[in-house]
Amino acid sequence: MIRTPLRPLARILRARDRGENPDEIEAENRRLRHEAIQDKARRRAEGRLVLMSACFVMAFVTVGVRMGALASSEPSEPRAQVLSAQIISQRADITDRRGRVLATNLLTHSVYAHPHQMVDPVGAARGLAAIFPDLDQDRLIRDFTGSRKFMWIKRKVSPEQMQAVHDIGEPGLLFGPREMRIYPNGRIASHILGGSGFGQEGVSSAEVLGIAGVEKAFDNWLRDPSNDGAPLALSIDLTAQSAMEEVLDSGMKLMNAKGAAGILLEIETGEVVAMASLPDFDPNNRPRPLLKGDPSDSPLFNRAVQGQYELGSTFKIFPVAQAMDLKLINPNTGINSASPMKIGKYLIHDFHNYGKQLSATDVIVKSSNVGTVRIAQMLGVERQKDFLEKLGLFKPTTIEMVEAPTGKPLVPSRWPAVTSATVSFGHGLAASPLHLAAAYATIGNKGKTVTPTLIHGRKRAEGEQILSPRAAELSIGMLRQVVTRGTARQAEVEGYEIAGKTGTADKPRPAGGYYKDKVVATFASLFPASDPKYVLIVTLDEPSVVNARGRESRTAGATAVPVAAELVRRLAPLLGLEARTDEKLPKIAARFQPRVEPAPGDAIKLVSNK
Amino acid sequence: MRSLTYLAVTLLVMGLAFWAYRENYRTQAAISSMSQVQREIARLREDLGVLRAEWAYLNRPERLAELVDLNFERLQLVPVDSDQFMGLEHIDYPRPPAATPTDNTGDDANPEEQKP
Repeated sequence: MIRTPLRPLARILRARDRGENPDEIEAENRRLRHEAIQDKARRRAEGRLVLMSACFVMAFVTVGVRMGALASSEPSEPRAQVLSAQIISQRADITDRRGRVLATNLLTHSVYAHPHQMVDPVGAARGLAAIFPDLDQDRLIRDFTGSRKFMWIKRKVSPEQMQAVHDIGEPGLLFGPREMRIYPNGRIASHILGGSGFGQEGVSSAEVLGIAGVEKAFDNWLRDPSNDGAPLALSIDLTAQSAMEEVLDSGMKLMNAKGAAGILLEIETGEVVAMASLPDFDPNNRPRPLLKGDPSDSPLFNRAVQGQYELGSTFKIFPVAQAMDLKLINPNTGINSASPMKIGKYLIHDFHNYGKQLSATDVIVKSSNVGTVRIAQMLGVERQKDFLEKLGLFKPTTIEMVEAPTGKPLVPSRWPAVTSATVSFGHGLAASPLHLAAAYATIGNKGKTVTPTLIHGRKRAEGEQILSPRAAELSIGMLRQVVTRGTARQAEVEGYEIAGKTGTADKPRPAGGYYKDKVVATFASLFPASDPKYVLIVTLDEPSVVNARGRESRTAGATAVPVAAELVRRLAPLLGLEARTDEKLPKIAARFQPRVEPAPGDAIKLVSNK
Repeated sequence: MRSLTYLAVTLLVMGLAFWAYRENYRTQAAISSMSQVQREIARLREDLGVLRAEWAYLNRPERLAELVDLNFERLQLVPVDSDQFMGLEHIDYPRPPAATPTDNTGDDANPEEQKP
């Protein structure tokens, strides 16, 4: 850069010649130089400002464009999260108490058609009709050649069928994945599980919804992804359940009954170990509900939960237990049992005439209606109602099935003296066998109420004490005598000390009154009597058996009791219940001391510092 | 000096840009390999579900009962009975085989050496 001097000699000399002040030249030059410097500084500042503003504009434009793009585009979830979500299957499994699968999912495919994309609609229809014999070929041809754009062909197909459809080679036949619910054990526990069906259907997926039973009661829980696919563990034991269904089925056939129900309840927890109702169905192929006639004739009807039966003499233990609890009687108190007994205009009869007087124990052992009514009269209507209500016989059970509310007991609205009398021996109040199981479990649980449940291993509040332990113990003693010397002698299974009560109730006619030759035979039992662990209820619907003397018998003692005995014989060992015997086995000293591996060292050790 | 700083800064920016570019591609590769692993997990779980269903189906009580009936001659299995329960102290366990000199623990009772 050439610097112009402030006082160029040539101009100063010229100015001096003209007599001008040379300092003006210097001032002029100094001004010019300052102007130049200012210009330069301004340009630089301007440049910086432009750069800065360009930066800001670019930043704002970037943010604006991104915001615009986000606002105008379809929202999508981040990739990493979508992937982990699809791993867990739609609906959780259901297992029994030991983790054996009762219901699970299987991925299958559905077939649908886009008729407008078809190359050879008639050929495709022929091919499909050959693969699926239940499809109508003419109808398919009509649908494929018509104006339809979309139609379902099959909801679920097996892999072989899918391959066969592939082999047709028609581009208009398409497949969509379908998650399907399967029940690998078939008919076992069908009433408890219920069944499932498809809810909203799309091409790529379909909702699996519970239709009945546990599947419906726990529908939300089973579909909740927050459970992380954890299975629902029921209290059912698959082995016990299948053995119960097998024994009950053969018992039902042997006793010529049209239906049967059985419940095995664990007293301590209220967990239902096995619950069967026959006839049953296959939940994989759930039949349609009956549209007319009596719904209880359908195999879908769960007699154990929904059935409302007058359970007969099995109820007799309740007034007796209550009277013993209130110290009105003891097992030896004499009760007037002269039959018939007159209440208002009604007469109450016994099955046989038991003479003038029976002890309270014998009222139960011989199942005297009159004796029970006398004891109920000591209690009075209010106290009797109150106790039955506390036993849970007035409201539906809280068992975790959608059918539970339909099993609401039929309770008479008014309680005149005669109703109170008939209810004391189990007529006039209709409840489900499950109600009876819960009530008997209360007696077996030393008088604390038991709530039946189908869920395994859940912590539950202890029941209310509604009966003194002493009265409960005396009641079990009476029930034990029913088996040793009373109406249920056939229930004596060695080692298992069954205590129970039979009940034979005439079936009510739909039009009113009772059938003469149709009964519901029930046997309610606890075992083992010395320390009750389980309650077993067996109910047979319209049984009849020809006894050894060639006479037809319908009493529970001849029908339900032998079935119950066989059930205990089969089920008790399966549950690991040891038979109690008086037989003394020799004790054998060990011939060697087995070396036991020391337990892993997670125990607290005493350490000394010294 | 100043130009050297400029050069250094430019090189640093280029280096960082290259690093960011590589990290970006490595992340994408990791995501896609992860998605592949996830897909494989999903597939394996599906297989597991099928196998569990199959296992449950093959072990359904109905089929086991049929198999027991078919093989009764060989297996002679009958339902569990109450007198099959017994206290441990009533069982006459067979004596373990004579301990060999090298093995003096004697904890492995040989069940084949059954005494009548």
